[in-house]
Amino acid sequence: MIVSDELFTPMRKENLSAEAIVRPQLTYWQGAWLRLRGNKLALVGLVIIILLGVMAIAGPIISPHDYAKQSVITKNQSPSAENWFGTDDFGRDVFTRVWYGARISLFVGLMAALIDFFIGIIYGGIAGYLGGRVDNIMMRIVDILYGLPYLLVVILLMVVMGSGLLTIIVALSATGWIGMARTVRGQVLQMKNSEYVLAAKTMGAKPFYIVRKHLLPNTIGIIIVYVTLSVPTAIFAEAFLSFLGLGIQPPMASWGTMANDALPTILSGHWWRLFFPAFFISLTMLAFNVLGDGLRDAFDPKTRR
Amino acid sequence: MEKLLEVDGLQVAFKTHGGTIQAVRGVSFTLHKGETIAIVGESGCGKSVTAKSIMRLIPEHIGKIVGGTMLFQGKDLVQLPEKEMREMRGSQISMIFQDAMTSLNPTISIGEQIMEGIIRHQKVSRSEAKRQATEILQLVGIANPESRLKQYLHQFSGGMRQRIMIAIALVCKPSILIADEPTTALDVTIQAQIVELFQNIQRKTGVSIIMITHDLGVVAKIADRVNVMYAGKVVESGPVSEIFYNPQHPYTQGLLSSMPRLDADRNIPLSPIPGTPPDLFAPPAGCAFAARCEYALEVCRAHQPEETQLGSKHVVSCWLQDPRAKKLLSAQQSPTGT
Amino acid sequence: MLSFILRRFLSMIVTLWLIITLTFFLMHAAPGNPFEKEGKGLPDAVAANLNAFYNLDKPLIVQYGLYLKNLVQFDLGPSTASGSDTVNKMIARGFPVSFQLGLVAILFAIVTGIALGVVAALRHNRLIDYVAMVIAVIGISVPSFVLASLLIKYLAVEWKLFPTATWGTWQHVVLPALALAFSPIAIIARLTRTNMLEVLTAEYIETARAKGLSPATIVFKHALRNAILPVVTLLGALIANILTGSFVIEKIFAIPGMGKYFVAGINNRDYSVIMGTTVFYSTLLIFMMFVVDVLYSIIDPRIKFHGKEREG
Repeated sequence: MIVSDELFTPMRKENLSAEAIVRPQLTYWQGAWLRLRGNKLALVGLVIIILLGVMAIAGPIISPHDYAKQSVITKNQSPSAENWFGTDDFGRDVFTRVWYGARISLFVGLMAALIDFFIGIIYGGIAGYLGGRVDNIMMRIVDILYGLPYLLVVILLMVVMGSGLLTIIVALSATGWIGMARTVRGQVLQMKNSEYVLAAKTMGAKPFYIVRKHLLPNTIGIIIVYVTLSVPTAIFAEAFLSFLGLGIQPPMASWGTMANDALPTILSGHWWRLFFPAFFISLTMLAFNVLGDGLRDAFDPKTRR
Repeated sequence: MEKLLEVDGLQVAFKTHGGTIQAVRGVSFTLHKGETIAIVGESGCGKSVTAKSIMRLIPEHIGKIVGGTMLFQGKDLVQLPEKEMREMRGSQISMIFQDAMTSLNPTISIGEQIMEGIIRHQKVSRSEAKRQATEILQLVGIANPESRLKQYLHQFSGGMRQRIMIAIALVCKPSILIADEPTTALDVTIQAQIVELFQNIQRKTGVSIIMITHDLGVVAKIADRVNVMYAGKVVESGPVSEIFYNPQHPYTQGLLSSMPRLDADRNIPLSPIPGTPPDLFAPPAGCAFAARCEYALEVCRAHQPEETQLGSKHVVSCWLQDPRAKKLLSAQQSPTGT
Repeated sequence: MLSFILRRFLSMIVTLWLIITLTFFLMHAAPGNPFEKEGKGLPDAVAANLNAFYNLDKPLIVQYGLYLKNLVQFDLGPSTASGSDTVNKMIARGFPVSFQLGLVAILFAIVTGIALGVVAALRHNRLIDYVAMVIAVIGISVPSFVLASLLIKYLAVEWKLFPTATWGTWQHVVLPALALAFSPIAIIARLTRTNMLEVLTAEYIETARAKGLSPATIVFKHALRNAILPVVTLLGALIANILTGSFVIEKIFAIPGMGKYFVAGINNRDYSVIMGTTVFYSTLLIFMMFVVDVLYSIIDPRIKFHGKEREG
């Protein structure tokens, strides 16, 4: 190759990018949001949840029927223009009941998850932060409680307290906080001993500041994931209890009780009575699971590409 | 000396979401029988990729060999069908990795991990395999080899784990041993032991070694020839004495002078090479080191440097070797009267 | 390893005692006395006799002591709803059936789940991986009773492949076992896949390839062993899952297992049945978890020799 002589002069160094950063830096939250956005399935889940929420509020309102009104004439009719989801064997409109039941089921799910969240955070946070003997004792208790079969205990509590909306929420919360407490405590312990917290301490930061600025932002990701994933567990548990006859009592209805009442229809052919509540239970659980999975992947920096 | 492995113009590209990375951009070297060659360079220069590519260890969908040939035993390893390549691995060419703790299986006894290679390649009985395994453990310096065969990874110290890995690699008596940063994860005293072990083994078995490392101390002790890599290319290669006492490429010079020395004057600051290696998504048209080179010329940015032979098999790829550049440099030096 | 087993055994006893105590006091905290409710219209004398027979007239602590004493002798007491039947007899009738169902379900779940997870991991990001994972997500979202209904409706009623209910032949086992196993399959498949993917990128897998071992050897001998370990720890929870799931499934399929007695006991507020079956279930579960722990310690050589689990 012939190379011209004039090229043999010292190189100008202005356009050098030897130290330039190649990829734009993203904050933790920006990165997480971007990753979540790329996860189509998780977004679908989110949209479904939002839609379900809207319908739960609007459904019984826009429907021309009342959820409890019985009528012998219109018993067990298949879906029609009059009754979009058909009627049940008391002549009640299934569409209205489904959305009424949505309120109940979603309420139970969210409340149980939230209560677990608060109890778990406080318990786990204290145990992790104080550490030492306090932590040991608190975690011993948790370990033993963890060994108890969740649903069995819930069933027992329900038998004792009697059925009803409030008791269900209490029973679910009483058992579900354990997982959250463990997770939070693990996170707090990890953070406590991590180097950037030590660094902050040596610079004289007060405990509250450390909690606010360092511990919280990092734990929130995991906590959000956990809360999202505990909703379907609660919804499932409520449906399960209804199947055992321990659920919500009439005239209130949840998806679980509707499905339970509709069991005989497998043989009788009135499919819409079982299909709609069962479908929406599954759809809701699916949506929350998918969203929770998506959030988990989004918050995990290891999956960064 | 007989040529064992001839790598010519090897090119390896990685497909990622961000684009294609040219990890290896035309690497050539020759390994002779009984020789130890070292490939040195910074992290990311492509030396590990080169080593793994010799054994075709990188899955095709991750990193593909897109050019060049690798001649071994009369066959081109680049074109060799996977089944035949598998025959070669562990029996003709072996590799050991940096961290023995993660490179060996924690749930299988180390005896089994040695023996499975023997049985797979030599198709002998288990008792014969056991005998060979015991022998090789002895060779790498592990005491009571028979009883240790049944033990697991976590029951050995760091240095011993490395020896086990070497044992596994050598048990089928390969012609070539590739060692990827074998001393990097070890304490200094253990490092010295392992280097000595390599020398012993080479003496006893005559195996040829390709050593990947960024530790120039190890290179000085064990290598016959050195290949200096930067940004996917070999910028300088030659006998170890030439490279250490007569480095010609500014990068090699920078590497050597950046090593902190115990006998250096404390008041003189360390001299690191400023800057960071280039982004291999879009490699520069000219010399990749130009941006960090204090002697860079316009031609360096414009064209890839040509290879210059410096006698006794010392080769440099640098525009400073061009007579016109030498003229410019001497002209620059004389006015100042140094 | 022995110290590990010993510690687990003690912890098992403690948890067991805890749940027995909890169950006992919870049951006795429930409002009302089994003989005073639902207007049974029992004459006072008869009620008093019944109370004495069931020891309900004694102080709580004494009842507790008596209960524990009976437990140690494996006597779970008589049923309060049906005078002649005892809880022990109910369990003797129902447990074999439930056990069969549960065993089939868990074995099926383990085999299918692991196979699905391995295949998905090996064909990562290709169609079968995607399909498998969608099935898995559906599996953990669709409750077993919904699935059971679907299975009955289509496979039994419409296509008449299997009987709709009750028990008897192997055909009767298929649908309920399938319904029970679906969610565990999904959980196992997801976990196996995640672990396999992680293990396949591990450095010791690269070493195995550098030795020239065949892909099959690498997957089954090296990768799978390490990937499965976490699944073993999950076994305990899965068994609990199948156990509680069986209540509903047995009800839907009208299977004469223990679930039937348990659910009936709940509906009748038959406290000794509820207590007895709860204690039995819990003992079973906790014992299973203990067995799983021991199994894990045998498989993982790190515990076998050092008695300690790996940190983190």
